[in-house]
Amino acid sequence: MSDLHNIQAAGKGGFEPRIVAIFCNWCTYLAADLAGTSRIKYPPNARVVRVMCSGRVDPQFVLDAFASGADGVLIGGCHPGDCHYQEGNYKTLRRVELLRRVLAAMGIEEERFRLEWISAAEGDRVRVVMEDMVAKLKALGPLELEHAAVIHGSGEVSREETALAGEEVAAR
Amino acid sequence: MPDQNGSVRIGVYVCHCGSNIAGIVDCKAVADYAAGLAHVAVARDYKYMCSEPGQELLAKDIQEHKLNRIVVASCSPHLHEHTFREAVLKGGLNPFFMHMVNIREHDSWVHLNHDPATGKAKNLVSGAVRRVARQRALEKGSVDIHPDVLVVGGGIAGIHAALTLANAGKKVYLVERQPTIGGHMAQFDKTFPTLDCAACILTPKMSQVKAHKNITLWTYSDVQKVDGYVGNYSVKVRKRTRYIREDLCSGCQQCIEECVYKQPKFYDEFNQGLGKRKPVYLPFPQAIPQTPVIDPETCIMFKSGKCKKTCVEACERGAIDFELKDEEVDIKVGTIIVATGFKAFDAARVPYYGYGHYPNVYTSLEIERLVNASGPTSGHVVMRDGKEPKSVGIIHCVGSRDENTNRWCSRVCCMYSLKLAHLLKEHTGAEVFNFYIDMRTPGKGFEEFYQRLLKEGVHFIRGRVAEVTDWAYDPSEEGKLVLRVEDTLLGMVRRIPVDMVVLSVGLEPHKDAQEVRRLFNITCANEGWFLERHPKLAPVNTFTDGIFLAGACQGPKDIPDTVAQAGAAAAEALALIDAGCIEQEPNTAYVIEEHCSGCKTCVPLCPFGAISFKSEVNKAEVNAALCKGCGTCVAACPSGSLQQHLFEDDEIFEEIEGVLAYV
Repeated sequence: MSDLHNIQAAGKGGFEPRIVAIFCNWCTYLAADLAGTSRIKYPPNARVVRVMCSGRVDPQFVLDAFASGADGVLIGGCHPGDCHYQEGNYKTLRRVELLRRVLAAMGIEEERFRLEWISAAEGDRVRVVMEDMVAKLKALGPLELEHAAVIHGSGEVSREETALAGEEVAAR
Repeated sequence: MPDQNGSVRIGVYVCHCGSNIAGIVDCKAVADYAAGLAHVAVARDYKYMCSEPGQELLAKDIQEHKLNRIVVASCSPHLHEHTFREAVLKGGLNPFFMHMVNIREHDSWVHLNHDPATGKAKNLVSGAVRRVARQRALEKGSVDIHPDVLVVGGGIAGIHAALTLANAGKKVYLVERQPTIGGHMAQFDKTFPTLDCAACILTPKMSQVKAHKNITLWTYSDVQKVDGYVGNYSVKVRKRTRYIREDLCSGCQQCIEECVYKQPKFYDEFNQGLGKRKPVYLPFPQAIPQTPVIDPETCIMFKSGKCKKTCVEACERGAIDFELKDEEVDIKVGTIIVATGFKAFDAARVPYYGYGHYPNVYTSLEIERLVNASGPTSGHVVMRDGKEPKSVGIIHCVGSRDENTNRWCSRVCCMYSLKLAHLLKEHTGAEVFNFYIDMRTPGKGFEEFYQRLLKEGVHFIRGRVAEVTDWAYDPSEEGKLVLRVEDTLLGMVRRIPVDMVVLSVGLEPHKDAQEVRRLFNITCANEGWFLERHPKLAPVNTFTDGIFLAGACQGPKDIPDTVAQAGAAAAEALALIDAGCIEQEPNTAYVIEEHCSGCKTCVPLCPFGAISFKSEVNKAEVNAALCKGCGTCVAACPSGSLQQHLFEDDEIFEEIEGVLAYV
């Protein structure tokens, strides 16, 4: 326990990486729930966004996260063969391989982007991955992204400009 | 309804969950922070949001403050999303204008320090506030529930579930892999702690299954394929051939009598190999159905093709046909109960107990057959060397509570060991020693049974046996099996010589549990037991709607618990059937036609065939009834013309950017 205290306390002065974690509803999100009900402790750096399947992860989500200040992005899905939707995670795997090349070309270190298969039963695996990723990101330091604006530009530009007027929202 | 005054007005509610959240997260600070976010009209922290007053607070605020979006920061949406959607609906708002933030399981329960945990909660709330502003009103779809039920596994769990459903007037298909139903319970002699004869209480239920007009029983069959979704499952079942036609067989067993093998000489599965059977056999006298099976592995006709076929001659009804082939049947059901049971631990995996090496070392399941009046020795306890044991050592926790094999407690072994101790003493008058780690008797009448055994003069030695050996130290140990054990109550190492050793083997998931799980699209816990939806509140549900668990496939349990769980699974299935339909999450994909370029990228991505291509207009189309809402196609669409309700691109972008808006 004391090691963990040190990890968390050390962050006060030092660099605390910001992680966006996109977890599938059926395996990794539940694993994180299980970690909670089991009171397993891990570093508080990740912010979980829930999707139904890791197959829903559009590479743009990852780029958007980096452009918006994330130091790392973690995608969590079901183990191969265990996808709640049969094969969504295989599609994720294919996309991720391509995305890695894009990220490398942008100068984003490979440790910053991670895909993990964590089943609903593997609460402790959430801890292991979080601890490892946080440690690696701390070693790397903050992401210095010179071309953040470029990434943003490739995203949905119009969204930024859309005022949230009631009619417009309702009209969608 | 959403925007009476034309603007987004968000209410944010931060739950303390008693001290579960508030003990780590400063809920007031999170609410204060939320109050300053764009479009937030009301932000509160509250002791228990899921309580009646908490829900009323939500509904009242929606009315009074004209809220049209709600964020609840509390526990996992898997626990209370339903609750808060209902509360929002009561306030007169579409329930899909609500988004939950998980600051308990994902925050207060997993972090130790207040400031980082509070900061995390703020980020998560910020993401939710930005997301919920984009959310749309949605209507839940509904699918009809086919009233028929498939029960997989014909042990006591499957039997009880099938009978419960059939008695309620539902059509049930009961599929069992073995040639007979009955499962492990049929192999037991007596049941603890009441010492009821297992066969006496089980076989009437087995006959009821066979006779019930609402039950279609397929034994010697297995499920090959499961497609579809809750209410509408298409299942392919393979009926393996017995080479004896069930519809013609009268169960007279003349074929067994007249087999060219005059004496049984093959391994008898039902009796754990302690007895022998012929190539044509009935597993046990009360087997259901009463149709024998021809085992092609041992039958001369299949091995050499040269047999006098005396069985065929003996069968007056001409039921035997060596040309019969396996059959496949397709059925439609609305719900499925998985009751596939367990496998007994293979005692040979702990070599230091000498199973398979010393003939007088037995497993508990073998003893069940040995003490049984219809067993291979007609209930006379004689060892493999032909002698009656004068002393017996029963070793508990073989393949349970052991770092080297299985870590879990198998729950039934202490009690069945006590039962076997009683039965062995009763049958032979032998001196019986129980070697236990802890005596676990938590059940109705269990502790009383233990006390009874203590009075009966059974010896109890607390300690894990180190080894079973035939190496005698002195003449008193000659010809005996010696158990070396540290008696932890006496604090000394002892050597106990006995004639017979019984290994109380634990319960394990079936070897093919992983394949079975994939077949039904359900989850296994780490150990391989099927995972229930919630350990306390949904113990028979799985994460796949319409598929339920019963019995030891979910974890080791005794007969009363198995029957109770089977009844619960049947009740869950009945609840669905009688409702007639189930509401479905409206998280399906849809096509924005004007943006679709007709590239067909999405079409092959869907494993459910929900996407079709309309060639006349050159656009893709999603069939909402087939779409299961994974969103894989949405992520792949190059033009952004595929979207997913509840998980729209803009909603997710907002959430990502929101959680990164650090304060």
